[in-house]
Amino acid sequence: MDYQINRIEYTKEMAKDYTILVPDMLDVHFMFIQKIMEQEGHRTVLLKNKGRSVIDAGLKYVHNDTCYPALIVIGQFIDALQSGEYDVNKVAVIITQTGGGCRASNYLHLLRKALAKAGFPQIPVISLNVAGLEKNSGFQLTLPVLIKAMAAVVYGDMLMLLRNQVRPYEINEGDAERKRKYWTEKLCEDFTHSKGLTRNEMRENLRQIVKSFAEIPMEKREKIKVGIVGEIFVKYSALANNDLEDFLHEQGCEVNVPGLLGFLTFYIGNKLEEIKIYGGNKVKEFVLEQVRVYLTGIEKIMIDAINEDGTFKAPMPFRKVRELVAPVISYGCDMGEGWLLTAEMIELAEHGYKNIVCAQPFGCLPNHIVGKGMIRKIRELHPDANIVPIDYDPGATKVNQENRIKLMLAVAKENM
Amino acid sequence: MKIGLDIGSTTLKCAVFDENEKLIHSEYERHFSMIREKAVDMLERINNKFPGAKASLSISGSAGMGLAESAGINFVQEVYATKIAVDRFIPNTDVVIELGGEDAKIIFLDGALEVRMNGSCAGGTGAFIDQMASLLSVEATEMNELAKKAEKIYTVASRCGVFAKSDIQPLLNQGAKKTDISASIFAAVVNQTIAGLAQGRQIKGKIVYLGGPLTFFSQLRESFDKALDEKGIHPENSLYYVAMGASLMSDGEEVEITALTDKIKNAKIDAQYKSSDPLFESEAEFDEFRKRHELSTIEETADAKEVYLGIDAGSTTIKAIVIDENGAMLTSQYMSNHGNPVVHIKEFLEDFYKKYPDVKIRSSAVTGYGEEIIKNAFNVDFGIVETMAHFIAAKKFCPEVDFIIDIGGQDIKCFKIRNGVVDNIFLNEACSSGCGSFLQTFAGALGYSIEEFAKIGLFADKPVDLGSRCTVFMNSSVKQAQKDGATIENISAGLSSSVVKNALYKVIRASSADDLGKNIVVQGGTFHNDAVLRAFEKEIGRNVIRPAISGLMGAYGAALYAKSRNTKASTIITPDELKVFEHKATAITCKGCSNNCKLTVNTFNSGKKYISGNRCEKPITNTKSTDDSLNMFNFKRNLLDAYKPEKGTRGRIGIPMGLNMYEMLPFWHTFFTKLGFEVVTSPKSTHKLYRSGQHTIPSDTVCYPAKLVHGHIEALLNEDLDAIFYPCLGYNFDEGKSNNHYNCPVVAFYPEVIQANTPGLKNTKFIYNYIGIHRRKNLTPRAHKMMCDNFGKFTKSEVKKALDAAYDEYYKHLDRIEKEGDRLLAYAEKENKPVIILCGRPYHIDPEICHGIDTLVSSFGAVIVTEDAVSRKVEEFEVNVLNQWTYHSRLYLAAKYAGEHKNVNLIQLVSFGCGVDAVTTDEVRAILEAGNKIYTQIKIDEITNLGAVKIRLRSLFAALEQEAE
Repeated sequence: MDYQINRIEYTKEMAKDYTILVPDMLDVHFMFIQKIMEQEGHRTVLLKNKGRSVIDAGLKYVHNDTCYPALIVIGQFIDALQSGEYDVNKVAVIITQTGGGCRASNYLHLLRKALAKAGFPQIPVISLNVAGLEKNSGFQLTLPVLIKAMAAVVYGDMLMLLRNQVRPYEINEGDAERKRKYWTEKLCEDFTHSKGLTRNEMRENLRQIVKSFAEIPMEKREKIKVGIVGEIFVKYSALANNDLEDFLHEQGCEVNVPGLLGFLTFYIGNKLEEIKIYGGNKVKEFVLEQVRVYLTGIEKIMIDAINEDGTFKAPMPFRKVRELVAPVISYGCDMGEGWLLTAEMIELAEHGYKNIVCAQPFGCLPNHIVGKGMIRKIRELHPDANIVPIDYDPGATKVNQENRIKLMLAVAKENM
Repeated sequence: MKIGLDIGSTTLKCAVFDENEKLIHSEYERHFSMIREKAVDMLERINNKFPGAKASLSISGSAGMGLAESAGINFVQEVYATKIAVDRFIPNTDVVIELGGEDAKIIFLDGALEVRMNGSCAGGTGAFIDQMASLLSVEATEMNELAKKAEKIYTVASRCGVFAKSDIQPLLNQGAKKTDISASIFAAVVNQTIAGLAQGRQIKGKIVYLGGPLTFFSQLRESFDKALDEKGIHPENSLYYVAMGASLMSDGEEVEITALTDKIKNAKIDAQYKSSDPLFESEAEFDEFRKRHELSTIEETADAKEVYLGIDAGSTTIKAIVIDENGAMLTSQYMSNHGNPVVHIKEFLEDFYKKYPDVKIRSSAVTGYGEEIIKNAFNVDFGIVETMAHFIAAKKFCPEVDFIIDIGGQDIKCFKIRNGVVDNIFLNEACSSGCGSFLQTFAGALGYSIEEFAKIGLFADKPVDLGSRCTVFMNSSVKQAQKDGATIENISAGLSSSVVKNALYKVIRASSADDLGKNIVVQGGTFHNDAVLRAFEKEIGRNVIRPAISGLMGAYGAALYAKSRNTKASTIITPDELKVFEHKATAITCKGCSNNCKLTVNTFNSGKKYISGNRCEKPITNTKSTDDSLNMFNFKRNLLDAYKPEKGTRGRIGIPMGLNMYEMLPFWHTFFTKLGFEVVTSPKSTHKLYRSGQHTIPSDTVCYPAKLVHGHIEALLNEDLDAIFYPCLGYNFDEGKSNNHYNCPVVAFYPEVIQANTPGLKNTKFIYNYIGIHRRKNLTPRAHKMMCDNFGKFTKSEVKKALDAAYDEYYKHLDRIEKEGDRLLAYAEKENKPVIILCGRPYHIDPEICHGIDTLVSSFGAVIVTEDAVSRKVEEFEVNVLNQWTYHSRLYLAAKYAGEHKNVNLIQLVSFGCGVDAVTTDEVRAILEAGNKIYTQIKIDEITNLGAVKIRLRSLFAALEQEAE
């Protein structure tokens, strides 16, 4: 019996006329990334299919005890491929591969298995990784591309943050969302012309963005301030978290979702940390240190842009967030979202967002440690932190989740 | 006045306060999911009692959220409502424990307010108790009375209802007393609440018990009192606190009650939910379906002289069938076992002898859960494993059968047939047992019999899409569907489909009909249900064969087997013996070994004795039937036991024997001993030890091996130690046969959970450094620093020496394991004995984790080796997953080894909740199947239903034997 599944490389030849399907996680960020890929000459489609058929496809082709994000991402690909919208002999799919000890590093392989099982063994799976895992001649991450991607992350984080800070207080409903749309389109257009990507252009753009959001008419309203942390996919993807942000907004909350840049800095920092803890290559250490410095630099541009204007609350610098977590958990705990998840809970609590939803896929392994495992200790330091862990899963129902969130909100109201 | 309505999962309650906030009215009733109608009725009754009164209204309760929203009525989250009411009526309360129909809550009021609700997995409290009562065939209130007379408590899984059920069923089948089981059920609820919700915070002080179950069951309150060592308060109106709290929160404008009922009546309900196609489009389609299935019948006969009896003693039902020489059926019976199979088989036999005094039973066979007890009680000639019985029966209807799926009351069993041999067996895990009894429970909760319930779903226009999950999840899915306005008909059809999806996607893991087979026979009581059968055909897109006796197939197979064995006269109990038949059951604990099996001793007046609950033959024959020297689990345990404390001069170090310590002990023991420390390991795992650490577990869904660590730490805290050492190991040793060499996140970082959640560690030094054992050359300065930081002055060279010795010992340890493996493999080859690679993780050898499954495997005469004994013999090869965890890469290598060696098979132990094994199990299966081997997986948890494990093992060994023939 043949057991091995052949890996199909995404070749230069394919790059000429293939379409790459991109899964949906973070609307704005991914739209930018898509533009950058197109600029590199890749035809791409950001998948938007959702609903039960996505989850059913996931359940059908992925081991049901696998984490929910894998189920959704793979389900979304297969659902799209089965829709007939794409020429299945001319498409490739792309998926991130982080390469840590969390089982999320296996998504790529599970995807490949699922594709074979669903009758699409010919479709190449591109690994998006910076860890030097799988390589494809038709798709290469060069330094300029990576720098552009970083810019996309910063813009995405900024728009998410501003929208969340304006939306609950805007006088004309929809202003913040409209402004976000406007900037997304404008920046995408800029990207196509290779604009907005240098640090100076970024600084200028970010200032403009902050200014334009500050101009939205707002009024003071009493809102419950809620932060969202969690496993990265469930934290951001509305498809995975049953429109958590919208639900909280409807319940009269101001929502704070810590951005993606922090995760990237965390990710790079971990490699450095591992060298420190276990020992390692000095050259590698030097290169990583440069990246870390670069990320810290663009983070500063973003925070400065917010603080110069003064209307909005800037996120804490990563360095500070990192310091906060020291008494609670070690930096060596780096699988999945690792100590960053714990740190974000503390950051939020200190930043005025004492009510926290900790969103995780049911049975998420790192979350046993860094999420549920640390809540008790965080509450020792911040007795007023009001944290509710919520599990997401194809079988978990919205009613149950919302009921638990409402309980958290009732306590929040009492604390106000 | 103010009205609070509490709409729970099963009941509706109201509390009415007058303007002085005096409670002037309260009532409750079951709502059978007719929430809107019942709420209106209840309000109308209030209106009749207080004509013309004006009132403001709030709604609370898990099932009330949707109604409140759509009717525009103030909603109060139920836990919060409780808190409001308790603050008002029982001031100075420290902790509230409230159990509802499906929720469990703890509210800590002293100090920082903290409210806890059970997570989505820990379902079942009130509903769970009801379910258990119906399993015992008693009223829930009767269970309370029974519990008063209990003499002993059995350990019943406390995680969720489904688990507990699979523990209780075997107890019943084995003859344990209902009094003891009742008390055990209450104890399980208590454990579940404390383990799941306390999460490290102690429950003490002024405790208040609220909610239905705690109101109605005094024994449940007693159980809590006992477990908490406190005397809780059981206040007046304890049933109505949520309603009272909601009522107090009603501060809206007071209007006429009719205006409120109008609001509810007129609430717009969005009839939008995910639906699937109707099961049948038309009556004609249904008729065609009926006719097609009516063809699969067996002949019947009225006069037979010599007959064969087959009995299938299933988990909830008993089936019996009598056939003649030609296989024609003389009589049959299908009955519920009401928790005591012996009585019902006795009745069946009495009836049979009376009705057919001249018919001679030539032979008899029994299969199913209750096989052993029935065989012993009535001297049945043969016992036969379920899978074989079903295969024999299915062949009768479809000689080319290549796939059989049987959905019974509690199990789903599927097997593939290849070359006339049962080849691949799928059994449901304890977690997804949502099968026949699951439909029955739902039907009951909605006020229907199972037959009626199935029928109404047949022509439902928009069946609810409920997904494929276990009962607990399903409850809330159904709740959601009701909120979305699904009718009972559509819910019924949806539940039938979900049973099918559960079987297909969770148990079989099939992605298409071709994965199953071409000739599919379906059977088991649940397929009697036309809705389930149709849903199955629709889901796989293929017609299947359902024998008319689909509920009796196990018994029919047993009867056919009895016939094939061609005995002259049956040994079965005679009518005379039956007249004086008596059966007594007593419970004892076996002291034969460390497994401490809870035994039930059944004595029959024939003088025969049957013992159940045992793992080995020791309590029965008083001799060891299994050879420990052929069990590598045993060998590895002995290896570790040899690392004893040696008196040291520099202090005493405690090491918790959990997770990776099962492999790292030789390393650390040597390291610290060399440096002059006395190394004390925590005692052997027991359930009691687990309980002692239970209150510090923050995540109730983590694997059992991780949960056990909490108990080991507590045990070490009782020792007089200088430090407890439990390091974080992100990386494991690089064995050179995988892409990377991580530990799984739980094994890697569990010490972090321990440090953050163990209050006792405040007074003891806890060393949980991150240590890179994989980078030996970088380790010395780091280890040196760790020692100096914690214990004062050490020289670098002595630390280096100790490390060298540690590495040396570790590799020697691995060599010993491999050598023993070689010995066992050679022995097996020489003696022609089957070899089982019983694989999992190093810590699966802990008897409290593997529950003596190794002994069970041994009792089948197999030689047991472990994965690490063979993994070094296999060359690295490419697998289809990212091969990045050291322990897990050994599994792939071991699977490859099994595939390449005759007589070697593999059984994989999987801890419930292990996320990484969701990746490895499919891969190990694929590797084995590529080597033409049968894959067997056994899920283990806090409690493991050994009955199910036995069936699985018997099926495996039966298939292997058949293959060999």
